[in-house]
Amino acid sequence: MSQSQSKPRRSLGSWALIAVPYLWLLVFFLAPFLIVFKISLSEVAVAIPPYLPAFDLAEGWAGLVDSVSQFSFDNYLWLTEDDLYWKSYLSSVVIATISTFIALLVGYPIAYGMSRAPKAWRATLLMLIILPFWTSFLIRVYAWIGILKNEGLLNQFLLWLGVIDQPLVILNTNIAVYIGIVYSYLPFLVLPLYATLEKLDETLLEAAEDLGCPSWQAFWKITFPLSLPGVVAGCFLVFIPAVGEFVIPDLLGGSNTLMIGKTLWVEFFANRDWPVSSAVAVLLLLLLVVPIVLFQNHQQKLQERQS
Amino acid sequence: MRNGPSWFNVTSLVLGFSFLYLPIVLLVVFSFNESRLVTVWGGFSTKWYGELFRNTQLLDAAKVTLEVAFLSASCATVLGTMAALVLNRSGRFPGRSMFSGMIFAPLVMPEVILGLSLLLLFVAIDQSRGFWTIMIAHTTFAMCYVAVVVQSRLVGFDRSIEEAAEDLGSPPLKTFFLITLPLIFPAVVAGWMLAFTLSLDDLVIASFTTGPGATTLPMKIYSQVRLGVTPEINAVCTILVGLVTVGVIAASITTKRREQQRQRDERAAIAQG
Repeated sequence: MSQSQSKPRRSLGSWALIAVPYLWLLVFFLAPFLIVFKISLSEVAVAIPPYLPAFDLAEGWAGLVDSVSQFSFDNYLWLTEDDLYWKSYLSSVVIATISTFIALLVGYPIAYGMSRAPKAWRATLLMLIILPFWTSFLIRVYAWIGILKNEGLLNQFLLWLGVIDQPLVILNTNIAVYIGIVYSYLPFLVLPLYATLEKLDETLLEAAEDLGCPSWQAFWKITFPLSLPGVVAGCFLVFIPAVGEFVIPDLLGGSNTLMIGKTLWVEFFANRDWPVSSAVAVLLLLLLVVPIVLFQNHQQKLQERQS
Repeated sequence: MRNGPSWFNVTSLVLGFSFLYLPIVLLVVFSFNESRLVTVWGGFSTKWYGELFRNTQLLDAAKVTLEVAFLSASCATVLGTMAALVLNRSGRFPGRSMFSGMIFAPLVMPEVILGLSLLLLFVAIDQSRGFWTIMIAHTTFAMCYVAVVVQSRLVGFDRSIEEAAEDLGSPPLKTFFLITLPLIFPAVVAGWMLAFTLSLDDLVIASFTTGPGATTLPMKIYSQVRLGVTPEINAVCTILVGLVTVGVIAASITTKRREQQRQRDERAAIAQG
């Protein structure tokens, strides 16, 4: 952050440079949030738009003060009374946690293998990890439907092998959701992990070997602890988006797969209850603030240690 | 002492990459399936592709999607590059931490929240929804990705060339277009491509901010997928995957070439010195 402070006075041009993106974000990012917050305090109504405004800026300051006293926290109370909502919150966190753990089990060997591959291959392997990230998310989730269906390719294959004599029911269960999340977010986990594993000082492992340490023990005593920053960063990058996920639980999960992103979508599009879906959004945001702040702190510490 | 890749590493790489690529490969293979049943092989056929080009609804959706993606990627690149310059160059100014917060927040924000909040804004200001509202929504979240990509390039930037130009009396805007922009150009292009594919992919935000008459391809695919898996959808997906693959590979080859060319030029310049 040590920019040169040589120019005490800013020119008009550099103010404009700041103002344009700043204003854009204020209008299209921050203001919408304030509106979500506002509407989450309004009452639902049969109208277009389907809510009664909690306050009207046209009424000026007096109107604002007046309406603050009329804010209704009914929607939030409603969220605590109907167990659908807290169950969706809880289930989102549980599903995201389990998926993150599986993604780590799948992603670690890949990242490790990449970091130990011959130097000439590494750029290609890295490209192969990033490439699926560029292809449509929706398509990658869709591809799994044909595989996991009752008469899908996986069941056909397993029946042909003779491992099972009855098709496994995977699609429309939570297992399909875990597979979908692991598959979609695996690159997010592999990339930071690979970055830390690649920088690992190999002389440490050689020293351990010279002193007679078996290689699996060297892995747990040296490689794994040193790769922890990458593990933590990767896990956050899977966990945070997985909590608010909508497409995966909707397409791969069943009717009893509860996730908060899906609940919000249904509340909004099917039930047309804008105030309650706004309240769900506000609470989802609060739920995510903790992991996001933890992640930022982690990244900051990492940068400080490097510099 | 490492003597070549061990069997464990090779196995984990093979299994890992099969896991990543097998679903997409199967999807592509079954788009050439004669049978209407997606999971039973009935012989090779390209008839679903023919069907696709007669499906005017799908083609319209594709057109809208490409237009939105092109416009929003271009706006996002301009705004995102400006934001990256602000983050990297502007030093302290009132509200700086809020600015960087607003740049990084959309990267981790669930799409359902971004979509819902933008829709409520458009409703509040009585803006009729459709093409332009999707465009604005995509510009907003994509500019943050562009800002991050461009900023990472600016971090390792040698400012002495800019300072030299300014000492020689070049106005800031001219310095930017003649010196800074060409040097950060690969990152700007990468940012544009990222913004373009993000817009091309997006289902959730587009569903919230759309209005009558503006259906994007992901929305179309989504509504058909809910009814079941069909070979036509496989064919659309195959075309999209093909385009993206060609685009990414072409872009990475060009960047690599340009980088090599630049290094050669620099070496030549130093040798002549």
